[in-house]
Amino acid sequence: MFVPCDGGGPDFEGFTLLMPAVSVGNVGQLAVDLVISTLCMPKVGYFYTDCLVPMVGNNPYATTKENSVELSINAEVYSLPSKKLVVLQIRSPFIKNKYRPFCQTLLSWVESSKCARVILLSSSHAYQRDDEQLLGTPLRYLLTPALEKAIEGHMQELKWKEMEKVAAYPGISDTEKVLHIPGGGITKLLFTESCSKGIHMAVLLKFCSEGDNIPDAFGLVNYLNEWLQLIEITRNSSTDASPEREIPDPSSQWKIPSSWRLLFGSGLPPALF
Amino acid sequence: MATFFGEVVVAPSRAGVDDEEETEETAEDREIRRELQEKREIAAFWTPGAAGRPAEEPLPCSRFIVAVGHNAVAFLSSFILDSLCWKVVGAVKLWNEWCQTTNATSVLPTDSFCLFYQLISDPTVLLCQCSCYVAEDQQFQWLEKVFGHIRKEGLQVTILSTCPVAEYKTQESTLTLPSPFLKALKTKEFKEELCCPLLEQPNIVRDLPAAVLSYCQVWQIPAVLYQCYTDIIKLDTVTIEAFKPLLSSKSLKNLVKDVSESTKILKKLLTTGETHNNIYI
Repeated sequence: MFVPCDGGGPDFEGFTLLMPAVSVGNVGQLAVDLVISTLCMPKVGYFYTDCLVPMVGNNPYATTKENSVELSINAEVYSLPSKKLVVLQIRSPFIKNKYRPFCQTLLSWVESSKCARVILLSSSHAYQRDDEQLLGTPLRYLLTPALEKAIEGHMQELKWKEMEKVAAYPGISDTEKVLHIPGGGITKLLFTESCSKGIHMAVLLKFCSEGDNIPDAFGLVNYLNEWLQLIEITRNSSTDASPEREIPDPSSQWKIPSSWRLLFGSGLPPALF
Repeated sequence: MATFFGEVVVAPSRAGVDDEEETEETAEDREIRRELQEKREIAAFWTPGAAGRPAEEPLPCSRFIVAVGHNAVAFLSSFILDSLCWKVVGAVKLWNEWCQTTNATSVLPTDSFCLFYQLISDPTVLLCQCSCYVAEDQQFQWLEKVFGHIRKEGLQVTILSTCPVAEYKTQESTLTLPSPFLKALKTKEFKEELCCPLLEQPNIVRDLPAAVLSYCQVWQIPAVLYQCYTDIIKLDTVTIEAFKPLLSSKSLKNLVKDVSESTKILKKLLTTGETHNNIYI
């Protein structure tokens, strides 16, 4: 359930809702962090739900001492009316058997808030790719039929690759193909539900492995930026020569939030050395 | 994934949904799941309240103090609670893989329980001792059932809890930190002075204390959480005494009982648990 921060309900009509799927390497969540932090998006409310594990901490996007004292919870909504963008950040995993109720509540919120479209940032296990998926870029997209009709051809212009379907019975029959997103969390469920409900949804995902997923997050957010043009990326000539999207551009204008410090734990005991 | 030393380890995925869960469940699976869910339902019992209020009517409350975990519970037992000034007004009963709440009315410090007390001289002061583990899927129910019974006008919430110092993230090594130490988190509406520094980013708090604080933040209730980072998880005097700075806080100040008595009770609390910690039984 969406609960606004201070009384009045903000209007999201015609907005693009950007949200992560809690998926392998938390890539979607990290990418969403970059968007919120870079665009300095103000918090407008909470997504209060019994489907996520509770967590609290201080402001993950703190820039000054004053704004660091601001409590953050497991699911929060940020909005930037000038870009017609609303972002839902999810900061904790789902409680077992709560994926379905979450998808239902989320999609009914999307419908009632009249968001124009939903973009889901996700990831999938790199090691489960098939031969076809191993080729070329590790970035893929998926569009629901409703959205496909609306933005016809735009993805071809961007030269994006659609997520391949894989054989339902590999080695036995290649005729029956299914959508398979291993490690994608609620991605497949949310996508298929959106297809049947006629919701305009795009899934952007990256094949990756668990580890230091910061480069993956940059890759995914740059991929998103090719489409939405949220920020202007100035590339220096050396990166033009090697257009490898997943390597974070040193001149990248994405702002890393302060909460990314100590992503791999505390300092080491000095007695070790 | 192979480690540096060559052994192959299975890295747990943060993705959550296992592929098996996508397969269709049978009627039997559904039945088992339903029964399990029923068993995991938590129940809150309230005694018919003060001034002849019926049990189902929400209690007016000005201060709600929640202690989660054995050490925080023991702190309240030794410094605040006594049978002369407080009476039990409610209890939460629950069952999960890790714990089952006791049915006994007089509880031992080593028991698992979740009890609510009311200050006799001021019935708007409520206190909760929760030493049982509330599982992830039960935390939301706990909130609904407990806060559903408390009136939110003029309410202020204080939460005490402990967690291992190893979970504390800092630039230095946690080995060099003088533990136990206190850190606080507060909701936007909480304006009073804090008894300790705020919890720094990127540290987070989980479980029931986080659930209570989130609830307060979303519904704009002034609330503060005092988290004690300790290297001993069991009941222990040093950890309990780390909460002592809170005794001067506005919400606890006038509830403190005779200190000489407190130390005696504290000793008693700790010896009750000792037989359980003895390998010779």
